Amino acid sequence: MYSVDFSTYDTITSAKQKQGEYVHLIAKLDKDKPIQYDALKDPNYLSFYAVDSLGSVTKVIYHNPKPADLERSERVVLKGRMEGDVFQCDDILLKCPSKYKDDKSQLEKTVTQY
Amino acid sequence: MHYLNEHLLPGQTGHFFVLLAFVCSILATIAFFKSYKASSELEKKSWLNFARTIFFIEFASLLAVFAFIYFICSNHLYEYLYAYKHSSKELEPKYLLACIWEGQEGSFLLWSMWHCVLGTIVILTEKKRQALVMTAVNAAQVFLILMLLGIYVFDAKIGSSPFSLTRNELNGPIFNQANYLTFIQDGVGLNVLLRNYWMVIHPPVLFLGFASTIIPAGYAFSSLVSKDWGGWIKPVIPWALFSGLALGTGIMMGGKWAYESLSFGGFWAWDPVENSSLVPWLIMIAAMHCMVIYKSTGRALRASYLFTLLAYFFVLYSTFLTRTGILGDTSVHSFTEAGITMNVLIGLYMFGLTVPLFFLFLKNYKYIPAIQKEENLASREFWMFIGSLLLFLSAVFIISITSLPVYNRILHTNLADPPDREFVYNKVLVLVIILIGLMTGFAQFLRYRDTTKKYFNQKMMWPAIGAVAVSVLLAIVYPITYDSKGPGFLIAIYLALFACIFSVIANATYVFKVLHGKMKTAGSAIAHFGFALMIGGMLITSSNKLTISDNSKTGLFIPFDKDPSGRGTEDPMENLTLLKGIPTEMGKYIVTYYADSASKNEKTRTYYKLHFESKDSLGKNRENFVLQPDSYRMKDNNLTSNPDTRHYFTHDVFTYVSTISNPDHNKKDTTSFTTHEMAIGDTTFYSNGYIVLNKVEKNPDNERFHFSSGDTALVADITAYSNKGTSYKLYPGLKVHNMSIDLLDDTSITQNLYVRFSGIAKGDKFKIGVKENNALADFIAVKTYIFPYINLVWAGLIIMAGGLLVSLLHRSKASKGLSTVAMILVFSALIFLFLFAHG
Repeated sequence: MYSVDFSTYDTITSAKQKQGEYVHLIAKLDKDKPIQYDALKDPNYLSFYAVDSLGSVTKVIYHNPKPADLERSERVVLKGRMEGDVFQCDDILLKCPSKYKDDKSQLEKTVTQY
Repeated sequence: MHYLNEHLLPGQTGHFFVLLAFVCSILATIAFFKSYKASSELEKKSWLNFARTIFFIEFASLLAVFAFIYFICSNHLYEYLYAYKHSSKELEPKYLLACIWEGQEGSFLLWSMWHCVLGTIVILTEKKRQALVMTAVNAAQVFLILMLLGIYVFDAKIGSSPFSLTRNELNGPIFNQANYLTFIQDGVGLNVLLRNYWMVIHPPVLFLGFASTIIPAGYAFSSLVSKDWGGWIKPVIPWALFSGLALGTGIMMGGKWAYESLSFGGFWAWDPVENSSLVPWLIMIAAMHCMVIYKSTGRALRASYLFTLLAYFFVLYSTFLTRTGILGDTSVHSFTEAGITMNVLIGLYMFGLTVPLFFLFLKNYKYIPAIQKEENLASREFWMFIGSLLLFLSAVFIISITSLPVYNRILHTNLADPPDREFVYNKVLVLVIILIGLMTGFAQFLRYRDTTKKYFNQKMMWPAIGAVAVSVLLAIVYPITYDSKGPGFLIAIYLALFACIFSVIANATYVFKVLHGKMKTAGSAIAHFGFALMIGGMLITSSNKLTISDNSKTGLFIPFDKDPSGRGTEDPMENLTLLKGIPTEMGKYIVTYYADSASKNEKTRTYYKLHFESKDSLGKNRENFVLQPDSYRMKDNNLTSNPDTRHYFTHDVFTYVSTISNPDHNKKDTTSFTTHEMAIGDTTFYSNGYIVLNKVEKNPDNERFHFSSGDTALVADITAYSNKGTSYKLYPGLKVHNMSIDLLDDTSITQNLYVRFSGIAKGDKFKIGVKENNALADFIAVKTYIFPYINLVWAGLIIMAGGLLVSLLHRSKASKGLSTVAMILVFSALIFLFLFAHG
């Protein structure tokens, strides 16, 4: 009981080889594929596709409401387990540009919008 | 190029004051040290006067810098990057302060201003060690103000000035035009999550806590330099107490903020940012206990030095963790890399002062007196020392897990948090609580050096019996239900709870039986009482927290949409969808989302009005209230929501919006109900099939409603049969309520079908309204928790803070008038903030 089982940061490919093991994926939302979420039918079901920096893609299922800024996120950290070809996600950390106020390039983008 | 409409004077003046403050901090450091070194009294005095003057110029300069930042932000001078980044025109004036310390520069400025305030108190109160303590304070100031400089040395930019110009910092085509300011309509503004009064009040208190750790470190420095080993302890104890008070309050304000206004679902999540401020507090408390041991028995002097210096170091380490972007992937707080040169300065601040301090400590270690004789097991100091050690080890444990991203950076590993981060901490700290709880209880009844068995047993007996009785009673009347971590952890929770109850009773007994109610000397017992109450409250509220927005239990979304992943229903689905106007069962409540309204000041903020109603077994209305959680759609369509909470003495009902319907769906619902008069068994067609009125029941208890005999409600039992062969149950109802009739419509979303039970017609017929609507209804999904006994946490904190303050005033020999004023001010502020100021 008193040991700490750290998890690891993985790529989608390496996570697929660690079926059922708890991992962290650093990926991006695959904007070409559909996001499925209908709060009227089930507010606790979200599915989307994530693509990592090596280009691998996986379907992600998340049993919680869709984070409002998912579509705008630049990067997501997904915590969960790979089960078959589907990533069962427990938690999503979004890295959104709006939170990156101190990020220079983002500010430059904003300032040139005018 | 000559740019138009720029206001450069405030920035230039402000920047001048930054530079002046920096130069003063260097001069003051040297001058205070010179004053210590000077051989003649006269020379000492003249250096000291010079140093003080310089120090007050530094203080005044920092105030001026603050005033100029306030000026550029409040006047929306977007030619300054700081104003552009942090302020915006829609920002209410009360958030202007918040927007100043949202930024890195503003918060460092705040920190350095607190250094000056505390330094002024040192100048006023400390005679003998003033020069050396102030040397340390000013040395810290040098590193802090360095980060605000914003000057170029060769090609390297040193620090980041709050007065940098937007056009110098950002690249963009608009800056090629002289009239670029006309294109910048508004600033980026304050992050919506931060727009509440906690953001105004929490950072100053927390930074006061951070800043306060330099003073004990400064005292340690003074003694290491002057080799006056034990003399610093007596004057430093009030400062250590103050540090514990300010840091502890600051941390718990963060907890209250998270609980009150953020949708984290609790007051503590073991987030790295929370942990890194908890760690210095734990070590400072350990240091303070060691100091008290030394003062009474001459022991634990080395530990006092070590813990004092470590507490200071971990404040800086915490800054390093949260400011350099190293936590990036592990924290819900978002921090960005401030740039490599800034990170170097933060690193410099972390080590610049602490390395020499630790070097001095180690060099002198063998000269620092230590009593070699073993401590007596029946002495108070033995157990106080064990307690300090335990606090210190807990801090080491917490920071070693929190530092995971640092290991990854150094060792090039890719370790991540374990699956259940909170449990990793909880399972260890619950054991710490068992021990700390017991020790804070019985150690009060031990005397320094030795205690007779008879005295101890006699005093200890009743608190022990009382604690057992209360714990057993609690286990029977209000058992802990948190069993998802197995029976081992549940037992540990019970033991910890027992230890807390024991400590509460023992400390209360101590105040009244041993001290005979003399409050002046009761600071430690009061603080321990409060601490145990707070931790006990945390154990209860966290273990028995209840999620009532359980989607699997309501009749509204019956299983027609099975989770495609095949996830079983045993997993709680914690978000519940509420359709506008449709009463939905949630736990013991019937909840209706009946209206929404836009905020007066902020156009994109919407309040959702949720009516909660609950009945007792006789059908009497027991609770009836409205909660208004809000959600905020930002310019970029991001959504943030703030919870709303119904506060009861014994529990809180806490709810927040997790999803809102897409605004595109909000087409006006123009269709109205067509009323049919139906007898039992009659059918009526709708476009996709037909409905059958099966029966009408008085006060039914079914999957939608749980009426009891005391209600006056009629509910129609209707089945809709679609032409695809599926069928759906519908239960529209009507209820007599306060002399009026409530219509409880029901709906089948998949059929776009709304039914209403609008009354009784002649000849055993019933009026059933049917409406079909293709426009989607407004809906929200909410998450709702019940936090039981959360007030114990806040009350415990206030009492603990009060205890620390009593000790602080007693030990600093404050005058009666000052003590009374301080007590009244601190108490009323804390009681207001933690118990009355909601949202």
